[in-house]
Amino acid sequence: MSVLTVQNLSSAYEKKLVLDSLTFSVNEGTLTGIVGPNGAGKSTMIKAILGLQPKISGSIEFFNGNEKKINQRVGYVPQRGAVDWDFPTNVLDVVTMGLYGQIGWLRFPNKKHRQLALEALEKVSMSDFAHRQISQLSGGQQQRVFLARALVQDADLYFMDEPFAGVDAKTEKTIISVLKELIDLGKTVMVVHHDLQTVPYYFDHVLLLNKELIAHGPTNETFTPSYLAQTYGGAIQWLGRDNNDRSFVQQ
Amino acid sequence: MTGLLSSSNFQWVLTSAVLLGMAAGMVGTMANLRKQGLMSDAISHAALPGVILAFLISGEKQLPVLITGAAISGLIAAFFIQSIKRTTRIKEDAAMGIILSVFFGGGIMLLSIANRVGGGSQSGLDRFIFGQAASMVRMDAYIMGALAVVVMLLIFVSFKEWKVVLFDPRHAKMMGIPVRLYSSLYTLLLVLVIVIGIQAVGVILMAAMLIIPAISSRYWTHSLFTVFVLSAVFGGVSGGIGTLISSSGSNLPTGPFIVVTSSLIFLLSLFFGTKKGLLFRGEKLHANRRYLKQGGDHK
Amino acid sequence: MSYAGWILLTGALVGISCGLTGVLLILRKMAMMADAISHTVLLGIVAAYLVSSSLDGGSMLIGAMLAGLLTAWLVQWFESSGINTDAAIGVVFTTLFSIGVILISTSVGNVHLDVNHALMGEISFIPWNVIELPLIGPVPSATLLLLIVTIIVALVILLFFKEWKITTFDPALAASLGFPVLLMHYVFMTLVSVTTVAAFDAVGAIMVVAMLITPAASANLWTDRLSHMFLLSALFGVASSSMGYVVAIWLNTSISGSMAFSTGLIFLISYFFAPKHGQIAKRVYKTNEI
Repeated sequence: MSVLTVQNLSSAYEKKLVLDSLTFSVNEGTLTGIVGPNGAGKSTMIKAILGLQPKISGSIEFFNGNEKKINQRVGYVPQRGAVDWDFPTNVLDVVTMGLYGQIGWLRFPNKKHRQLALEALEKVSMSDFAHRQISQLSGGQQQRVFLARALVQDADLYFMDEPFAGVDAKTEKTIISVLKELIDLGKTVMVVHHDLQTVPYYFDHVLLLNKELIAHGPTNETFTPSYLAQTYGGAIQWLGRDNNDRSFVQQ
Repeated sequence: MTGLLSSSNFQWVLTSAVLLGMAAGMVGTMANLRKQGLMSDAISHAALPGVILAFLISGEKQLPVLITGAAISGLIAAFFIQSIKRTTRIKEDAAMGIILSVFFGGGIMLLSIANRVGGGSQSGLDRFIFGQAASMVRMDAYIMGALAVVVMLLIFVSFKEWKVVLFDPRHAKMMGIPVRLYSSLYTLLLVLVIVIGIQAVGVILMAAMLIIPAISSRYWTHSLFTVFVLSAVFGGVSGGIGTLISSSGSNLPTGPFIVVTSSLIFLLSLFFGTKKGLLFRGEKLHANRRYLKQGGDHK
Repeated sequence: MSYAGWILLTGALVGISCGLTGVLLILRKMAMMADAISHTVLLGIVAAYLVSSSLDGGSMLIGAMLAGLLTAWLVQWFESSGINTDAAIGVVFTTLFSIGVILISTSVGNVHLDVNHALMGEISFIPWNVIELPLIGPVPSATLLLLIVTIIVALVILLFFKEWKITTFDPALAASLGFPVLLMHYVFMTLVSVTTVAAFDAVGAIMVVAMLITPAASANLWTDRLSHMFLLSALFGVASSSMGYVVAIWLNTSISGSMAFSTGLIFLISYFFAPKHGQIAKRVYKTNEI
């Protein structure tokens, strides 16, 4: 069943076209890696889908359009750099923010909400840091806090913008296990990803993007030398002896 | 009015206002490229206590003395803003707000003391707040005009170095250009043009003389040299027209008229500018949409 | 109440309302926007006067709100047309402020509106301009206006505390969760304008900036909790205004200037001695870590 249908999506930044007529749909329970060179419009695509970036054409449909409360069923993990980590708040508080959409106007988060947040922190092994000021966290820890915040929201479809960028090995492991767990629960996740080496190991689907949609589908069908060459415009070197050996370097 | 125009004192004032506008337009272009428009606002507000303190200490209203005072407090303000930004979690805009308002508050305190103890000789210090070009004496106009010319020359003679430093400081360093020297020189030019301008335009609106001509010129050209020239022209025209209008009536402050003149030039540029103006841009966006529509039709 | 009592109360209300609003200004990185609005509010007041030919609190508030919103909208519009934020703010506020000054110095003349008053405020006149209230008796009208605005500001911040927090900390997430980020931006700009105009009479346009930004920035150095930051900032605001009054009487100088300067003194103390993020604490923390 399709949880997201994108049709003819185009978006421009000032005068420059950054997304050109993307059309694709994403099935429930898939884990998709969004891959493409710098400036390919990966983050923009997520933002356009979420309505955070104006689009100049196209339509987006979540859960076949028969769902009213989309906001709560769609989760978003922005890039770490997108927020001010000096903000006066602690880890538990940031995770609780994931629930703000469900709490409703004129109400305050209570014990129950904090309990949920603590559980989410447990899942990313960050419960010891619950009362730590967020500026005192390492990059990986910050990423895990963001992940916990998305988990607590208990959405059905998640978008994550480069969660693996600049994190330590422990965080990488935690993110992978959380992703697996989400998929096992039947959720759908789309992840912007940079490291080509790990793509086949992490994701069951791949979406190759460079302003236009190059390919989208199961990893073994789309993550191929020819599609990659198309995406990266030849800036990539294949080291493998055949198509099954997926070692290469990005130049 | 005609009598005024032919008075040689006024001709000097007008000339120096035009020169000031030109220098401010050029320095403003640099400030704008560094995204430091509001820094000039902070520095000009912060110059007030320096002016008044210089008066209180020296006991006279000699322009060179007052300008020196203004420059010192402006430089201290710039230094404070940088240190707050560097050493605390407070961001640059808040640091500017703090320094701008606290220094200005201090200036008002001092001004009110000067008004009490000055015994009449202080009258006219108020004009540093809004500017009163017409009340300038010929000597002031000479100093202002001469310094404005110095500022323009300093930019002009090493224009290509400025260009590299402003565009890509790291590259400039590799080319062997003393980037730190140029950086300090830039701050000095900024402070200099502000302090010579505050008597005519006032501390509150001085920033506009730097910001507005510089952004207006971007709508007409993509060449840095032309941006500098156009900013100077726009700044000079605004300075001249503003001074003319304010001198035509009694008690009309100069600063606001200069600002409104340059805002009109800005609005004209925003809509009709040949390179980035809205009319031109609209066409480009339409072309983009047309292209998309056609693309959609094909599929 | 005594003359000094009214002035201290007025100053305290300025401190609280500006202190609370200022926290959000700092965290939203819009300090210079406050600078802009505090200037353009002048145009709003002049325009309100030209339309209604009176200077009562109500029309002034409406004029200021409109001017504040106009400023916010123009800055946003210029930004979206490709001008950097800095320059956009610079163009908008200097222009609108200049128009205000020109209107005052040409048409409105000397009708109680004078530029120096608007810039520097005249807190020492406030206790003379009273209105009769039932049960309470005569109350300075500016103080009453400030009291109402302070209550509104406190309520709006308290009732929407979590909304302010999330839209300030992570607007992208807030939008994806369905919070009206843009609407809250304009509500906030309205709050800033209303606070500014209420404080205007007392401390004037530029000193409002000191009251809005400096206590909040000082509070930011003392605590890592948003709620504490609000409380501390309001407290610092009250302390600065009282201290400013005392110093002004002592030196026989401008009260509003002295209040603004006092916010700077509190900031200076915080800069060195704040327990968490002050320079001394930082040094100690660093040496301990090694």
